[in-house]
Amino acid sequence: MNAPYHPEAATVDSRASGISATAAEPKGEGLLTSVWRHALLRPVAALAILLLLDLFCVPGFFRLEIKDGHLYGSLIDIANRAAPLMLTALGMTLVIATRGIDISVGAVVAISGTVAAMLIGGTLVIHNGVPEYVSRVPMVWALCAAMGAALLCGAWNGLLVATLGLQPIIATLILMVAGRGLAQLLTDGQIVTVYYPPYFYLGSGYLFGLPFALYMVAAVFLVIALLMRKTALGLFIQAVGINPVAARLAGLKTAALIFFVYVFCSACAGLAGLMISANIKSADANNAGLLLELDAILAVTLGGTSLGGGKFSLAGSVIGALIIQTLTYTIYSLGVPPEVNMVVKSVVVFLVCLSQSAEFKTVWRRLFVRKS
Amino acid sequence: MISAAEKLPAPVLELSGIHKQFPGVKALSEVGLRLYPGEVHTLMGQNGAGKSTLIKVLTGVYAPDSGRIVLDGREIRPSSTLEAQNLGISTVYQEVNLCPNLSVAENIFIGRYPRRWGRIDWAAMQRQAVTLLRQLQVEIDVTAPLSRYPLAIQQMVAISRALSVSARVLILDEPTSSLDDSEVQLLFSVLRGLREQGMAILFVTHFLEQTYAISDRITVMRNGEREGEYACSELSRLALVNKMVGATVDASAAAAELAAAVAANTDGDLRCATADDTASTMVDSKAAQSAPAFLQARGLGRKGALAPLDIDLHCGELLGLCGLLGSGRTETARLLFGADKADSGSISIAGRVRNFSSPRDAIAAGIGFCSEDRKHEGAILELSVRENVILALQAKRGMLRAIPFKQQQALARDYVKWLGVKTPTIETSIGSLSGGNQQKVLLARWLATSPEMLILDEPTRGIDVRAKQEIMDYVTALCRKGMAILFISSELPEVLRCSDRIVVMRDRKACGDYPRGALDDNTVLQVIAGASA
Repeated sequence: MNAPYHPEAATVDSRASGISATAAEPKGEGLLTSVWRHALLRPVAALAILLLLDLFCVPGFFRLEIKDGHLYGSLIDIANRAAPLMLTALGMTLVIATRGIDISVGAVVAISGTVAAMLIGGTLVIHNGVPEYVSRVPMVWALCAAMGAALLCGAWNGLLVATLGLQPIIATLILMVAGRGLAQLLTDGQIVTVYYPPYFYLGSGYLFGLPFALYMVAAVFLVIALLMRKTALGLFIQAVGINPVAARLAGLKTAALIFFVYVFCSACAGLAGLMISANIKSADANNAGLLLELDAILAVTLGGTSLGGGKFSLAGSVIGALIIQTLTYTIYSLGVPPEVNMVVKSVVVFLVCLSQSAEFKTVWRRLFVRKS
Repeated sequence: MISAAEKLPAPVLELSGIHKQFPGVKALSEVGLRLYPGEVHTLMGQNGAGKSTLIKVLTGVYAPDSGRIVLDGREIRPSSTLEAQNLGISTVYQEVNLCPNLSVAENIFIGRYPRRWGRIDWAAMQRQAVTLLRQLQVEIDVTAPLSRYPLAIQQMVAISRALSVSARVLILDEPTSSLDDSEVQLLFSVLRGLREQGMAILFVTHFLEQTYAISDRITVMRNGEREGEYACSELSRLALVNKMVGATVDASAAAAELAAAVAANTDGDLRCATADDTASTMVDSKAAQSAPAFLQARGLGRKGALAPLDIDLHCGELLGLCGLLGSGRTETARLLFGADKADSGSISIAGRVRNFSSPRDAIAAGIGFCSEDRKHEGAILELSVRENVILALQAKRGMLRAIPFKQQQALARDYVKWLGVKTPTIETSIGSLSGGNQQKVLLARWLATSPEMLILDEPTRGIDVRAKQEIMDYVTALCRKGMAILFISSELPEVLRCSDRIVVMRDRKACGDYPRGALDDNTVLQVIAGASA
């Protein structure tokens, strides 16, 4: 049960942890009911349960220290590592809200990382006895080129889905396969290493004691949240997702909207690709962003956005990404073999999907609620 | 209650004391119904009277909270539609629920394929399908996918599916809402044949004419209760409507208020001169026609959909478009609105040529369009009433200029009040409203854009008598305020009563343009049917 989306409700989204009654809910409903019915309840609860588990099972999980002027600790580590997934999930949320899907985000991550890494390259030059790192082209140009490549990918997806009317999963499957191949062609299948410290800042730098990547996520989140609040974008995306025919007859530019969400999704993935390659100081066309599309879709679903399109929650997707990363972290710290990770993840997915199933709810009620 | 009852044999199906409560709503209370073999029994009532709920109880979709269902003297409690069907209760639903990708024959025998040696006997299935459809005088290729045929044929397929099980009771839930007159006649002759064979038929409809054409008896429901059971011959139309409504219909006062409000909303920038409504409420349609038309279409056509036609529509004029299903009415509307692209001809608005390549263009030119398919082309079901109301206006303003939330609420509240939309709050999702109320919300969506012309394609389809009357009152009131209205309806009396001018369509061509009063039911029927009138 999702809370109705409306401009005021965007404030709920922009307060990531905000559980509050929305203005539009009928009067007379208590705070408890509105909390109970809130769309974010389940993802927040799932995250809380995971953190609780960590509190008891992982010693020192909540400890935060300051080293070299930066905050250190498991929580920071999780948030930092979840940053690329959070970004991709944000883009994916809008695509899914239009009843689409984009399975090419992993390939876009590989492409943008590769383009950036190849253009930056970087060598150590001793200039007048001072060692200095020099990039192949100015870093700003390299970043622009990488983002340009990502936008181009998005435009391609958007063209196939919005203009040619291909089914989203097939349309983006093309780029999913071709995109990674293209990245591998560019690098001859080799890992491209970067020797240019300023670039690493994107992936592992710190600003005011917090990882720089988190600021990037926050910036993207703020931009979309503002768009939702100040424009009718949210309403239009939902209308297109629920009933594209009626939306077009009501005067919406449905094709342009759908094109936009695919471009936006690829842009998010492109940014995530920069983060990932900056973090590992290289571009690995074979493995960067591999299966990221599935994690992104999972994060969106965990966040309470239905794959059927329509209502969506940006904050939910961010929390979904955090759930996935926390889960991975927990499994590793409990000393469970990493192979188990996949199985545990699937169990979590199963439970969350079960909790969203209307059919299951009726069965549950019939079994337990009526008796009491 | 009914004098003829003594002569009838024992009822084949008898419901008594049925109660059904939904959270917050009492859907059925103490409802009874008797069905005799060899009769057509019509169930009538407004939307929300409990007809659909009663049928769902009867067919096992809902379990009643209390009450008895007796079939052939044996109490039954169907828990699924399949069980009801196996007991001999077959149903054809209002919305055709078949599988469009399967063939006609497969649709008829789905789940009960004839088998031979453990495998599906396709030849027998097709043979039987052809025989069944021939009973309904439908001759089509049963191996073709169902989606290839128009809705009316699909309805026939649904009926033949219901007939193919050895049914004792046949329930038809508004089977005629998507059929045109000749198809209705065909359906009725089939029903009469079944009645001769002793079938008990329960027929649900909103159409009075059809009720009187086919029924033996009528059960009227109101507010979840049975109002009474009557022999058809003993109940006059007026009495029937009164019993359904429970009060005399009067929405004209509300309609006048709405029209005034809409006129005020447009900030007086209606390009058309509105008549002085203190002098006369009626714009002189002759005077209006001598002025240049608001919309002029010349040679407008689309290959395979509509032969080129000319249409003039003046401000303050209600132009009725009638014809059979598939005669090109909806196609005309869609071309005028830019929903489909015309490949010939031109449209000019207030003297300026404007060719629409999308609905956006038409909306920008001041046109609104209520589609005939409310569920798929109108309402955005999961969105709230408020969001549905403001959608077109927001699209017209552009995405970046969001309507402030307070203003959205005010707009939605005003229209809910003016149009008398029955909804708990404006944040209720439109999907939970009844058909008539959804239609009002969609009307509000277009009124909010302050249109100068409205295209209404079957605005009263599938909604109850009272809402129908209300909507037509609003429409005529808007028209008097100077709005140009193109009105499409399958209900001939409705078109004849409201329109200033009527264009009759046949075989995707316009075949006549008549002023008010030049036509009566019979002559229109002749024109529609193609007789030289």
